Amino acid sequence: MARPRRRESWLPHFILCLGVVVFAFPIYFALIGSTHDAATIATGRMPLLPGGHTLDNYWHALTSGTGFRVSGSPVRTLLLNSLVMALIIAVGKIAISIISAYAVAFFSFPGRMFFFWMIFVTLMLPVEVRIIPTYKVVTDLGMINTYAGLTVPLIASATATLLFRQVFLTIPDELAEAAKIDGAGAIRFFWQIVLPLSRTNIAALFVILFIYGWNQYLWPLLITTSRSMETIIIGIVKMIGTSEAQTDWNLIMATAILAMLPPVAVVIFLQHWFVKGLIETEK
Amino acid sequence: MRRRVIFPNKILPYFLLAPQLAITVVFFFWPAAQAIYYSVLLQDPFGLRTQFVWLENFRIILTDPLYLGSVQVTVIFSTAVAALPMGVALLFAVMADRKIRGVHVYRTLLMWPYAVAPAVAASLWLFIFHPDIGIIGRWLNDVGIHWDYKLNGNQALLLVILAASWKQVSYNFLFFLAGLQAIPRSVMEAASMDAGLGRTFWSIIFPLLSPMTFFLLVVNVVYAFFDTFGVIHALTDGGPAKATETLIYKVYTDGVMNLDLGGSSAQSVILMVVVITLTALQFRFIERKVHY
Repeated sequence: MARPRRRESWLPHFILCLGVVVFAFPIYFALIGSTHDAATIATGRMPLLPGGHTLDNYWHALTSGTGFRVSGSPVRTLLLNSLVMALIIAVGKIAISIISAYAVAFFSFPGRMFFFWMIFVTLMLPVEVRIIPTYKVVTDLGMINTYAGLTVPLIASATATLLFRQVFLTIPDELAEAAKIDGAGAIRFFWQIVLPLSRTNIAALFVILFIYGWNQYLWPLLITTSRSMETIIIGIVKMIGTSEAQTDWNLIMATAILAMLPPVAVVIFLQHWFVKGLIETEK
Repeated sequence: MRRRVIFPNKILPYFLLAPQLAITVVFFFWPAAQAIYYSVLLQDPFGLRTQFVWLENFRIILTDPLYLGSVQVTVIFSTAVAALPMGVALLFAVMADRKIRGVHVYRTLLMWPYAVAPAVAASLWLFIFHPDIGIIGRWLNDVGIHWDYKLNGNQALLLVILAASWKQVSYNFLFFLAGLQAIPRSVMEAASMDAGLGRTFWSIIFPLLSPMTFFLLVVNVVYAFFDTFGVIHALTDGGPAKATETLIYKVYTDGVMNLDLGGSSAQSVILMVVVITLTALQFRFIERKVHY
């Protein structure tokens, strides 16, 4: 166009603001709900502004998790379970994927391509399509209600292996050659060159996998029969139960806020890594 | 593709691969094989006798009106959950891609729902749309629309679609925005010189985004099929009268609740075929992206 457009149109701002408001709407009500008492909410005329029971509700949820009509484990136990699960899954997936990608990229050995494809095809076997038999294996191994049962079956990762292999292929041959001439073996090369070169990918992947682990639902639902092993996501749904009007909605909403706080904080504060991880894992 | 420089160790690579392969075999291949094995067996209700029945389980499932009903629910649900977030996300992305101030703020404020677990998203929507205590649910009843998702199947389906889509917009938005930003400025400017905004979008920008659109379509369908279990479990439990029972939900109820091993396994095998098809489609897209 002949003249530079300086004046901004209001339309994009209007649409985007509308979007932001609509997206934040459910969260706003959850926040408000977590500041009133159960009786106020049950009248169906909850005020649109915060009430005075904030500390009560959160304290109650964190320490007992049990109200008049819901009974559960203290939310701090559930938060701890979720945290342990998310961390083991994220760290475990990265650890076993980076070493298997290293094996495939930097060595030549019989069966290399066969093993690579073996890892690759697991993309096509999400846990949801093999629920019952996988559950049976975990039961037979005595891993029900353990952190191992919650995490180990989810730790294999074709996506992460493919990503690291991709990264390793961009490491110049000259670098490996130089390291070999200097007398570095495979293990030293891994620790001193490959690992530092992959650290941005590791960070990005960690953010995505942490959210993935934290938000797991079907698998912990099957594996945890003891309430003290439940994750917070399972805990909320058990609290809701049959979703009667007369239930401790104040505690449920406080729990929901606590459940989404860690992953949302990760996305917002580690935004740069999050976006990088999201785009990379889909390559 | 192979590297020229490799390390000579013969044993080490096997050790490096061992953890991943062990988990893969024990928790992926063995259960998948079991699913296929059970899908051709028929067990009596007490688990005392098993009989090899060829494809009988598949025949029973594919002629079962309940299964076919669940197929229908899944088609409606996943079409909506694939299309709705994509449309909304594309609109936001096009708006945010114009050179306006505060793009980064909008991007931050629109991407956080990605981090909310499907089951938690469901509990938030439940709180708003509850017929007695939810602000919108109650309002609908006040203005004379009889809203009760626990009794009305269509309303239940609508609610799970909304809750599932809400969460998925962020993902689509980030990818569309990345796609738009990858289109060279010169192309955009040249196009906007001879055509109006609407025409520029449909004749230039949208075709350039089509590989991205196709990719997101597959991702959204996979999400709708497999990751929305939590939304449905928390909101409707598959009801009322199976109105929100998707295929994955049925595998769960038949296998875990009704303990129908053969039937549930046959359903798992059908779902495996679906995933394999979707994954193959996804990789065809990636192949094209590489050729660019």
